[in-house]
Amino acid sequence: MNPAGLETYIALSALLFAIGFFGVLLRKNTLVIYMCLELMLLASTLALVAFSKFQRTLDGAVFVFFILTIAAAEVAVGLAIIVALFRKRHSVHVDDLNLLKH
Amino acid sequence: MADFVFYTFALLTLGSALAVVLNKDAVNAALCLLLSLVGLAGLFVLLDAALLAFVLLLVYAGAVVALFLFIIMLLDTTPGAQKPFGKLSAAAAVLGGALLVVGAHTVGINTPATTGAAHAVPTLKNYAEMLFTTYLLPVQIVGFMLLIAMLGVIVLSKKFATTEAAK
Repeated sequence: MNPAGLETYIALSALLFAIGFFGVLLRKNTLVIYMCLELMLLASTLALVAFSKFQRTLDGAVFVFFILTIAAAEVAVGLAIIVALFRKRHSVHVDDLNLLKH
Repeated sequence: MADFVFYTFALLTLGSALAVVLNKDAVNAALCLLLSLVGLAGLFVLLDAALLAFVLLLVYAGAVVALFLFIIMLLDTTPGAQKPFGKLSAAAAVLGGALLVVGAHTVGINTPATTGAAHAVPTLKNYAEMLFTTYLLPVQIVGFMLLIAMLGVIVLSKKFATTEAAK
């Protein structure tokens, strides 16, 4: 049933994580940065499920539930913060949110 | 056949993840994130975790991406006008990504597979048994965290009368 080995899934997960990571580093739009954060979380869930499958235990898959819950809470709080910032500064660009720099 | 399905889902996941990063329009990026989630759910099904795939689609596609789209349209940010990114940072991104993949690949090769107990079948009953025995405390902590997050969002989005008067 399973065509690819563990290392294929781990490499895939690492690639997905790298894409999300560099999205966070390179993009300027706060909302897109949050989406890239989600990509990184998803990459970690893929690695957990793959390890769980190839070790024949369920612990990794159970951790995915926790990750999903925390990700949902994080998105809600983060978007509320973004909306609050937008109300004050009228921008979602990280270059405009540099109050602590000065 | 399964090989073809695996590569299709892997390409779908990675390609739309790249599209999330490279897209100038935030709405398009959110829709590409949705596509990437579908690919990831397919990979979960290939890994015998169909339940997790359903939960992923329900939580992410049903709630998170919808929330993202709502906020993007609510804030009405202008797309474009910004360059994706420079040549130097793109080169650094490719190099760093390659290093990360090589490292993770090494970890994957050096990890012995199939050494656990053979009885762990990913059914709903087994998940529930683990969640309510071994991981009971984390479950309760996560529930409490959700409550705190909800309160935090309410506080953040509420306009207080005193601050309004101070203006």
